[in-house]
Amino acid sequence: MLGKLTLEAVPYHEPIIMIALAGVGLIGLAIAAWITRAGRWGWLWKDWLTSVDHKNIGIMYIILALVMLLRGFADALMMRAQLALATGGAPGYLPPHHYDQIFTAHGVIMIFFVAMPFIVGLMNLVVPLQIGARDVAFPMLNNLSFWLTVSGALLLNISLGIGEFAKTGWLAFPPLSGLQYSPDVGVDYYIWALQISGVGTTLAGVNMIATILQMRAPGMTMFRMPIFAWTSLCSNMLIVAAFPVLAATLAMLAADRYLDFHFFTNDGGGNAMMYVNLIWIWGHPEVYILILPIFGVFSEIVSTFSTKRLFGYVALVWATVCITVLSFVVWLHHFFTMGSGANVNAFFGITTMLISIPTGVKVFNWLFTMYRGRVRMETPVMWTIGFIITFVIGGMTGVLLAVPGANFVLHNSLFLVAHFHNVIIGGVLFGCFAALTYWFPKATGIKLDEMWGKRAFWCWLVGFYLAFMPLYVLGFLGMTRRMNHSDNPLWTPYLYVALLGALVIAAGIACQLIQFYVSIRDREANRDLTGDPWGGRTLEWAIASPAPFYNFAETPNVRDIDAYWDMKEQGLSPKTHDFEPIHMPNNSATGLVTGAIATVFGFALVWHIWWLAAVTLLGIIATPIIHSFTAGNGYEVSPDTIERMEREHMARVKHAHRAESELVGA
Amino acid sequence: MSAHAMTPHGHASHSAHAAHHDAGPTTALGFWIYLMSDCILFAALFATYAVLSPATAGGPTEAELFELPFVLVETFLLLLSSVTFGFGMLAAVGRDRPRAMRWFMVTFLLGAGFLAMELYEFNHLIHIGAGPSTSAFLSAFFTLVGTHGLHVTFGMIWLATMMVHVMRDGFTDTNLTRLNCLSMFWHFLDVIWIGVFTLVYLMGAL
Repeated sequence: MLGKLTLEAVPYHEPIIMIALAGVGLIGLAIAAWITRAGRWGWLWKDWLTSVDHKNIGIMYIILALVMLLRGFADALMMRAQLALATGGAPGYLPPHHYDQIFTAHGVIMIFFVAMPFIVGLMNLVVPLQIGARDVAFPMLNNLSFWLTVSGALLLNISLGIGEFAKTGWLAFPPLSGLQYSPDVGVDYYIWALQISGVGTTLAGVNMIATILQMRAPGMTMFRMPIFAWTSLCSNMLIVAAFPVLAATLAMLAADRYLDFHFFTNDGGGNAMMYVNLIWIWGHPEVYILILPIFGVFSEIVSTFSTKRLFGYVALVWATVCITVLSFVVWLHHFFTMGSGANVNAFFGITTMLISIPTGVKVFNWLFTMYRGRVRMETPVMWTIGFIITFVIGGMTGVLLAVPGANFVLHNSLFLVAHFHNVIIGGVLFGCFAALTYWFPKATGIKLDEMWGKRAFWCWLVGFYLAFMPLYVLGFLGMTRRMNHSDNPLWTPYLYVALLGALVIAAGIACQLIQFYVSIRDREANRDLTGDPWGGRTLEWAIASPAPFYNFAETPNVRDIDAYWDMKEQGLSPKTHDFEPIHMPNNSATGLVTGAIATVFGFALVWHIWWLAAVTLLGIIATPIIHSFTAGNGYEVSPDTIERMEREHMARVKHAHRAESELVGA
Repeated sequence: MSAHAMTPHGHASHSAHAAHHDAGPTTALGFWIYLMSDCILFAALFATYAVLSPATAGGPTEAELFELPFVLVETFLLLLSSVTFGFGMLAAVGRDRPRAMRWFMVTFLLGAGFLAMELYEFNHLIHIGAGPSTSAFLSAFFTLVGTHGLHVTFGMIWLATMMVHVMRDGFTDTNLTRLNCLSMFWHFLDVIWIGVFTLVYLMGAL
């Protein structure tokens, strides 16, 4: 009846897990109680969970990413603490079977459930506004994509309390991840969490490409698109091209584990090395899926805060396109040591080094934009400068690793771990935080507190260098990754410094939480009344903050790359009457229901509860069919409503300008 | 009786309203992009098959298993179903509902025939000891061909759903867009099958 699931699956003898679960339970209860007390369940359901508004979905993606960041970082702290304690021959406090789950979960969470939802959320929130669109091309599908991502994240978190997670490392290479060496449910949780969320990501990619290609405002040619829209387009093309490979690969691993197939097994003619090829054919484009939109974020920020047009827009676009193409011909550098031969390794080594050229072009784009600009050193700019310096270091160690000879020495060492954290934290994460500060007013109508933002930045920056520079050294000293304990006294001081770095990063995260609290507490003082808090250049700043649900009262006409800057230069004032009615899509619970059923489906497969898997599979097939019969045609927003909302916005803008001039006068 | 007359007029004009005016081409483009991602999924499976087809692990080889005349019939069933779907779409665009429904029904039956033959082949192979557990070659074979078969199954479910939609509402803009997407899907499965027929069966048996 319940397959392999028994009460034994709950790890009640593991105090660390039980405390964590109790904490999660208490926080969940507290939030539920708060919502009940505020009488906000209806609001939550109507305005958020079933919303098809791209802005709300974007915000929900980012909230998911931030929550998962806390869990992923807790894993990181535990690992650093273990390694600092378990040096000089001590066993530490985490036994290998637990430690192995933690480093696997850390990688999976940070890539799939922090970086990905953060990036997808940002694109969702910003791209339609930047291109002057009402919504994405397929609003209901957008909601479904989000809930499938949540479903994957839920499965991963359920593995904490029921059963266990994979002990294989974040890419689950066979034969270790095969049934022979991983007979437990960990790898199955891994497979279904990624499979379900991967479907969501692929659909999100399809949606965003169709949006960017079809829904740009009149006059916005491809080469007048904001740079973030460009990098998002390239990133989504990579999603659509790469994620199906991940789906196929995981499906094959699942077939090996569930149906006694022989794709990657040691016997029956299976070939484990093919898995490594396939997963990296997805895996390398994946890192560019993450970093390309972030390059776009930094470009927007650099240009806005330098009060200057981006230097070399066209060069930056072509550099992005080059990286998009090249990212598919470098995957083998992840396994030079597998034995493909010198010529193959040389080819992939050279293509890898080539990628640094368009990336270098971008660095000069940003530097020359700032050069002779009036740079305002606000938090987004701090993250940007921190990124440029850190990312260049990470890029150089990457080029070093691209030399196959050097790679034979450094592969699988902490040098590699330092390298990819260098580019992912210093690149993707810093970019996410910069974007969060930059677009927070547009999403919520409130500016984030500058003081706590800067404190967070300095903690993250210093903490990052303390935590990861020692890892480069440890790599040279021969320490391999995924090690549970060590007894080389030479390594000990570096491991202590790395732990210290992790603690400083923890302080940075604390500053960010305080930043949210303080900014929301003082929301009246921090309100963005004008809709254009930074002197923006692109269309999202042309409308109120938070953006009205219909986005643009009237579709804008675009004449320039910096469309809104151009409008300000012309002195165009926004329209306040004679609006056309706007057609909007209905809310839909289909995405939420499908996501919920998918979660149960995944859980049933993990525990071999076949009847439940069959029932939920039918549910997954039936839900969209039912939706196709019941979906509404949307509704119309009356010109009166639009006029009222636009006039309110204009009144706020006037008020803000008056307050400003009084301030100057005084 | 034309399908157009059956369509409640208000419904058709409502869904064609302002913002949704160009929803058709956007949906078609979006679906096309999805098909390209599906194409890459198949590319991964084809590549896997190419790598693993010599890995028979002492079990039966391609030349011993595949019967080309059987697969040829199977292939023609599927190709013919694409032709009949095309006729169905022509009738749909001409708003001739009874005619369109007849062609869709024929398409459905041809698809079912293809699927029945595939299932028969799978069953036969498993019966003679050439199931997917036998060797990496057969794992890859069953996965590639089976994934295509699964797609055909979903196409048939979709087609059945669309027949109900058309019976209920006629050829509304929404239904025509959906049929257009389904048509692309169906032809796409044909193209994939040409790849399967060539790379798996022809090159394997010859």
